Amino acid sequence: MSGALQDPIIEIAYIVAVTLFILSLKWLSSPATARRGVQAGEVGMLIAILATLLYRGIVSYEWIIIGLVVGSLIGIPLGLVQMTAVPQRTALSHAFGAFATALVGTAEFYLRTPSISAFVMSALAIEIILGSLTFTASLMAAGKLQEVLPQRPITYKGQNIVNLGILALAILIAIYLVNFPGATWLFPLLIIIPMIFGVLLIVPIGGADMPTVISLLNSYAGLSAAAMGFVLKSKLLIVAGALDGSSGFILSVIMSRAMNRSFTNVLFGAFGQVQESAAKAAEGTVRSATPEEAAGILEAANSVMIVPGYGMAVAQAQHKVREFYDALTKRGIDVKFAIHPVAGRMPGHMNVLLAEADVPYDRLIEMDDANSDFPQVDVALVIGANDVTNPAARHDKNSPIYGMPILEVDKARTVMVIKRGMSPGFAGIENELYYLDKTLMIFGDAKSVVGALVRELSGGHDH
Amino acid sequence: MTSEMLSNIYVLVLAAFLGFEVIKRVSPLLHTPLMSLTNALDAIAVVGAIVIVGERKSTLATVLGTLAVIAATSNVVGGFLITDRMLRMFKTSPRTGGPK
Repeated sequence: MSGALQDPIIEIAYIVAVTLFILSLKWLSSPATARRGVQAGEVGMLIAILATLLYRGIVSYEWIIIGLVVGSLIGIPLGLVQMTAVPQRTALSHAFGAFATALVGTAEFYLRTPSISAFVMSALAIEIILGSLTFTASLMAAGKLQEVLPQRPITYKGQNIVNLGILALAILIAIYLVNFPGATWLFPLLIIIPMIFGVLLIVPIGGADMPTVISLLNSYAGLSAAAMGFVLKSKLLIVAGALDGSSGFILSVIMSRAMNRSFTNVLFGAFGQVQESAAKAAEGTVRSATPEEAAGILEAANSVMIVPGYGMAVAQAQHKVREFYDALTKRGIDVKFAIHPVAGRMPGHMNVLLAEADVPYDRLIEMDDANSDFPQVDVALVIGANDVTNPAARHDKNSPIYGMPILEVDKARTVMVIKRGMSPGFAGIENELYYLDKTLMIFGDAKSVVGALVRELSGGHDH
Repeated sequence: MTSEMLSNIYVLVLAAFLGFEVIKRVSPLLHTPLMSLTNALDAIAVVGAIVIVGERKSTLATVLGTLAVIAATSNVVGGFLITDRMLRMFKTSPRTGGPK
């Protein structure tokens, strides 16, 4: 298809599109300019697509138009999903992106075989392997997030050897095809084996690892597109793929750092294995409080730090939390939200949910800032977060989460935890936070407890 | 290795570094929109699919290409749409800076 590159008008349009893509990401750096960034991306995309339609090698438009129309019809509902469904929607879109590159790669292979240079065949193999594995892995991730598939990690003995063996087999096939690109009989295996690998890769992944895994799949989808750029000799694709690839990579690094784990550990060392060595159960008594009692303490506070976690998303409590924020702010209490990088199921998950509920974003603060604030905070209120608040991460060398950066809620004067019951968190670890003298447990569903707190706080003084 | 391949590798390396520098600056606040935006941009793969479909070189290529156009277009439309919806929700406190 390098024909597309020989038309200067198309080339210039592509350069404009690439420039707009880069500006788009640059403008995303702050909420003030972010929407302009989306518009730049949209214009760039439109220019690139329209320019491509001018390509003289196109002999018929009917299937192109059908594809564009059907794709748009599928895309619109995917763009209108509930904010709580954003993690699974994101995983699904990684699957679609990877599906597209794998299909284009397959079509290119059958069009060009057997005369494919070693360089192009290598790029094609990378495109197909990454595309196929990202396709099935993302579908699996979406299934787990949507709870169609069990969320808990499934592990078995020798899992890593099986997985690595399958990946090695795919690479061997790729090497064979680079040397003998006419081996069409072998090509379907280059698609199927990575697809199997993609499924097996996600089987041992649990909910708490999803932020890292989604980021990594984002990166793979980008790299697959960049490899496609080498096959099609399109710098536009190479740049867009590289941008997506580096974005996903940076996010994966941030996520795995926030869990104090390496990539390999996330992918090949499911939490299931560390669970066995789980630290001794924390001991002590648990003090519980009713919403009435909690509201009394909150009324007397000057500053409150709310720590939201996945439990808030599950209970869909973000709108109640916003009412709670309003009730406290109205009383002159300073309220902030401490956001752990891996709170929720994808990077930035909590921020989006709270923004949806109209919580001003300047009230959402990052982990480091929150940790310097906690010692001055009167009440830290934990809503549906668990492992990211466990003080054992700081001092208990036997704890599986030892070394993980946490939100130091235990440094606040009073800690309140809204929780369904005493069941341990995802990592299967007891949270010693719950046994501190300063901690009050408020048992119940996040949404109804926060609702009860709001009622208490607004009932306290009648207009 | 032709000079075109080499120049494409240069482009890859430069774009990856540029991506690093630009994306490093994105506030953690916006990491979810970042992911949906890069996903939409990545769907630029649609241009490769359009060419394959339009060239009509074989039935297989046309079928696979059309499916690829559908998948990529749905990412373009859905990705930009949801990114914009998310960003519209991010509002600052009514009073500038908010209570201190």
